[in-house]
Amino acid sequence: MGEFLLVTIQVDMHDQMALKLQDDLSNAIIKNASRGVLIDISTLEMVDSFIGRMVADISSIGKILGAETILVGMQPAVAITLVELGLSLPGVATALNVERGMVLLRRKIDADGTDVSER
Amino acid sequence: MSANVKGEAPLRSDHDIVLARQQVRRLTQELNFSLVDQTKMVTAASELARNALIYGGGGTMEWEILNGEGRRGLKLRFADEGPGIPNLDLAMTDGWTSGKGLGMGLTGTKRLVNEFDIDTKVGAGTRVTIARWTF
Repeated sequence: MGEFLLVTIQVDMHDQMALKLQDDLSNAIIKNASRGVLIDISTLEMVDSFIGRMVADISSIGKILGAETILVGMQPAVAITLVELGLSLPGVATALNVERGMVLLRRKIDADGTDVSER
Repeated sequence: MSANVKGEAPLRSDHDIVLARQQVRRLTQELNFSLVDQTKMVTAASELARNALIYGGGGTMEWEILNGEGRRGLKLRFADEGPGIPNLDLAMTDGWTSGKGLGMGLTGTKRLVNEFDIDTKVGAGTRVTIARWTF
């Protein structure tokens, strides 16, 4: 993945696990000097306000640490429920799948004016 | 359809919230809810189970299969013996949060279900009952 981190959430996480992921991911961004993070939630059957907040927080934390975060693969039923719940995930970039997420990440990072290849 | 049309589950830990979600998923699948309706009910259950745990200090989730006129539904009741909600009107305002959530807990949850009832008394706990029908 080079300068990108890919996180695939494959289990129904309990709240402490979600917080641990936030912690681990922040550390991984630093350790790998990552410029981008892709969070794949395509197997997640539910996103409630807690998981939603965790994702929004990871995105904010990542930004401060110099990494763009993109949430990919959200199932339609999850998206419909999230909107009805009132969670529009402000500030969180999304893409349909990992491939499109990668393209978007690349574009965002290039738009920053930094030549990634020189890193 | 399983023989049990009623049941109860404890809400004492993070893990219990996960189990409650899975139980509600199973029940809504047995009731042939659409995928979107399953997801709405599971998400509503997750919000209310967490409220009972965090604000109520733990409690229970009771579930019951409902048989209406030509339709079926699922009723869930979340009960805790916590401090209760001092200002219910405020808690039912969109965007209001006690600081631990996104301020969408109760109002957002209400939008996910067909029926929503809350009974709370300071010092005597909170009981939230929700229901969703097959159509």
